[in-house]
Amino acid sequence: MSIFDYFRSKTKNASASVAKERLQIIVAHERGQRQQPDYLPQMQQEILDVIRKYVAIDQESVNIQLENNDHCSVLELNVTLPDR
Amino acid sequence: MNTREPGVAGRIEERVLAKIIVVTSGKGGVGKTTSSAAIGTGLALRGFKTAIIDFDVGLRNLDLIMGCERRVVYDFVNVLNKEATLNQALIKDKRTPNLFILPASQTRDKDALTQEGVQAVLNELSRDFDYIVCDSPAGIEKGAQMALYYADIAVVVTNPEVSSVRDSDRILGILQSKTRRVEAGEDPVEEHLLLTRYSPARVQAGEMLSVQDVEDILAIPLIGVIPESEAVLKASNQGMPVILDQETEAGQAYSDAVARLLGDQVEHRFLEVQKKGFFKRLLGGK
Repeated sequence: MSIFDYFRSKTKNASASVAKERLQIIVAHERGQRQQPDYLPQMQQEILDVIRKYVAIDQESVNIQLENNDHCSVLELNVTLPDR
Repeated sequence: MNTREPGVAGRIEERVLAKIIVVTSGKGGVGKTTSSAAIGTGLALRGFKTAIIDFDVGLRNLDLIMGCERRVVYDFVNVLNKEATLNQALIKDKRTPNLFILPASQTRDKDALTQEGVQAVLNELSRDFDYIVCDSPAGIEKGAQMALYYADIAVVVTNPEVSSVRDSDRILGILQSKTRRVEAGEDPVEEHLLLTRYSPARVQAGEMLSVQDVEDILAIPLIGVIPESEAVLKASNQGMPVILDQETEAGQAYSDAVARLLGDQVEHRFLEVQKKGFFKRLLGGK
């Protein structure tokens, strides 16, 4: 190992920072899912079925999120309808 | 159930029930059994009457790490099935006074563990022990759930590596939702991070998550950092808990962790790369 490698090594091998970044994202995502009530996926499916009776949409077009604030929970339903 | 002051364990004047510590991780091979053996031995060395229970039914290994594999007659499942009494199954450690081991069954399957059975054994042990250390199996199946269900304190063993950190976070989720304490509406299980197989040199080179990185992600208090050490394998080869080898960094780091578990303020050691002296380098010392 030359003296130049010594100075470069910090940036070249900084795989730990990549690991930390990836972990922060996945852990935050999984914690979000953990706090969801168990019925959420099924409710999402049923809402999707109801909308499908009228409009042709796919699974990805419906997004359900439950946000818990101090005093109340907000159920956010986001449906993307196809172009007419 | 019982009422007791949090943080007070095994005081003589007022007999309280044992504190139940689970050593858990989610991921396998991170050092749960090594840590259970070290922590249990460390507590016993401090004068607390301690039992270590192997919850890994079907894959028992605590007996090997503790060096009592040839003294196993009855096991945890025998006690659960009332084929043996607790006193018959408990193995008294030969090196450390106050220390007992309850081995897992090697032949039965995980279904042998029932909630009522485990509760009965823990209640009986609680009566004359100060600490009960539950060595959890890997995974999040029944054995792991049983090991942590009755815990008062959780030691989450984590390696500075992505899959271990993620699995530890998963276990933290279970500790916060599927324990007796949560269900009874009591104070939550005390969570502690034990970082094992830590290599300061690799952290310095940017190749390994640092203590700070793991603390940032898991956000639970750090109880100890065990450096990657040849002493751990050497100790397990001999069937001796590594904490008994106080010449080694790993042994000392475990002693520190036990002290912190008991509420002592001890500064963390072995987090920085040890600087080699000129002569040591010249002579090729490690």
